[in-house]
Amino acid sequence: MSNAAVNDDASAGPDALIRLTAITKTYGRGQAAFQALKGINLVVNSGDFVAIMGASGSGKSTAMNILGCLDTPTSGSYEFEGVRVERLTRNQRALLRRNYLGFVFQGFNLLARTTAMENVELPLIYRGEPAAARDAAARAALEQVGLLGWEHHTPSELSGGQQQRVAIARAIVTRPAVLLADEPTGNLDTRTSREIMELICSLNVDHGLTVLMVTHESDIAAHAKRTVHFLDGRVESDQRNGSAS
Amino acid sequence: MLWNTLLLALRSIRRNLLRSFLTVLGIVIGVAAVITMVTLGNGATRAVSDQISSMGSNLLLLRPGQRYGEGAPNFKNSDIEAIRNQITSAAAVAPSTNKTVTAVYQSRNWSTSVTGTNNDYFRAGNWELANGRTFTETEERAGRAVCVIGETVRENLFGRQKPVGSEIRIKQFACEVIGVLKAKGQSAMGSDQDDTVVMPLRTVQRRLTGSQDISRLNVSVREGASIDAVKQQLTLLLRERRNIGENENDDFRVLDTRQIAQTLTGTTKILTMLLGAVAAVSLLVGGIGIMNIMLVSVTERTREIGIRLAIGALEREVLLQFLIEAVVLSSLGGLIGIAIATGASIVAAGLMSVPYLFDPGINLLSFLFSAAIGVIFGYFPARRAASLNPIDALRHE
Repeated sequence: MSNAAVNDDASAGPDALIRLTAITKTYGRGQAAFQALKGINLVVNSGDFVAIMGASGSGKSTAMNILGCLDTPTSGSYEFEGVRVERLTRNQRALLRRNYLGFVFQGFNLLARTTAMENVELPLIYRGEPAAARDAAARAALEQVGLLGWEHHTPSELSGGQQQRVAIARAIVTRPAVLLADEPTGNLDTRTSREIMELICSLNVDHGLTVLMVTHESDIAAHAKRTVHFLDGRVESDQRNGSAS
Repeated sequence: MLWNTLLLALRSIRRNLLRSFLTVLGIVIGVAAVITMVTLGNGATRAVSDQISSMGSNLLLLRPGQRYGEGAPNFKNSDIEAIRNQITSAAAVAPSTNKTVTAVYQSRNWSTSVTGTNNDYFRAGNWELANGRTFTETEERAGRAVCVIGETVRENLFGRQKPVGSEIRIKQFACEVIGVLKAKGQSAMGSDQDDTVVMPLRTVQRRLTGSQDISRLNVSVREGASIDAVKQQLTLLLRERRNIGENENDDFRVLDTRQIAQTLTGTTKILTMLLGAVAAVSLLVGGIGIMNIMLVSVTERTREIGIRLAIGALEREVLLQFLIEAVVLSSLGGLIGIAIATGASIVAAGLMSVPYLFDPGINLLSFLFSAAIGVIFGYFPARRAASLNPIDALRHE
């Protein structure tokens, strides 16, 4: 039963990395108000790999944006490592993103006309790392995603899969606690999607990176350790994936 | 933070070279146009006031008639003596009566204007001799056929030959050249002051005009004397001599060079302002160009701001970067504009033969204006974008 699964995870202990309690999100106001999230409870432990699934309009992307501190909930509580995120200021949320979160988007969202190297370096510049350390870290991240030799190519000179790899390198270059991926394979063909998913899985398995991923494809979700289904702004089911997948 | 942000700003300028170039270009054109126009206008104003002072200072010009071309009796020879005797502050009284003639020397001829006058003419008009001498008293009294020629006449008639002592033919008589005037250049009205032949008044009256009339009188005022007082005395004297009744208006004018200078420099100043206003429009158009470029790129920039916010940039870091970009581009444009304007003004001033005068005020003003445009149009759209939720900036269409 779905309820049993939710309760099971909610009791996962006080050292949970992420804990959402009764999160709601309403867009617009008055007659035009639309409630995208109707009370979400979700607990994610460190090292987990969670796939968030659901039809479009189910609220999965809204939940993802709130988890990534890109958007703020209307009500409810969001604890990140015990910190109440909804009480943070705009700048504190930016620092949380800077130091703990890495993002991968469906549309890659790389800076145009900017080399892979400079894209990957960008978060480190905001962290104020010195040039030499920045350079080494960016190169290492690009090597980790298999793009050594492509440092000086701009996004328009790279394939979709390569662009997503650059985006992943940019997300992990700061060694974040959580990788948030919003439909990371949405713009890619099947073969490239598999390669990207293998890369993300290895980051989770080999480096212990916690991954939250939104997708609407079940074969992509099958790479995760746990799948959460959204329906009409609520969590419909939450289950551990079998070892078979 | 400042250093890193500067790095980001410069990277962003380099990445968007075309956009940066167009932004800078708009400012360059506007700034260069405004500075060049105003600088040239100032040069022209200075040139005019220089030419007026070359007419002679402290000079009162008497003309028959209230308006140019109005039929009023000319002055008489006796007026000269009357002014000399009765107005003690008059240092020099130079009559002049003019006639356009063709002067011939050997096989060359040159159409020029003959002025009949006396030696006071040279003093009142700040003329200096390059060569030879002025008239003797006997020559003036007897109306001898002697003349002092201007540089233009000398060049056209004599070329490399020695003019003093030679004879030129004017109408039916031969006239000995006794002196050559130093060149003065253009007058404030744009005519060539050196295209002149000066003869004793009596010579011109007898041999060329055939009348005792004098069309102009130039009176120079003694140093230290009040020009206004002399003007008043002259007016009273002439009214009396010309039998003008108490209720009648003057049928002559007394102009002073100071007044003419004011009128003419006033005119060129208005023209300068007009030019400046036209150029200011081009600065404004440049500003609108910048606004266009910035607004067209606002979608891309908003998404870029979203990306930067998502990966952990603080709002103030993003804003500082955009501010630096805007300031760097507009000051670069301003500096290039000033450089171009300086070059163009120097060249154009040379071509127009007006002096080049550097005007720090207009340079500073147009630089600040361009910087303001750049900052307003570069920074404020960014400020709006940076205040959005990161996700809204990312999804900006």
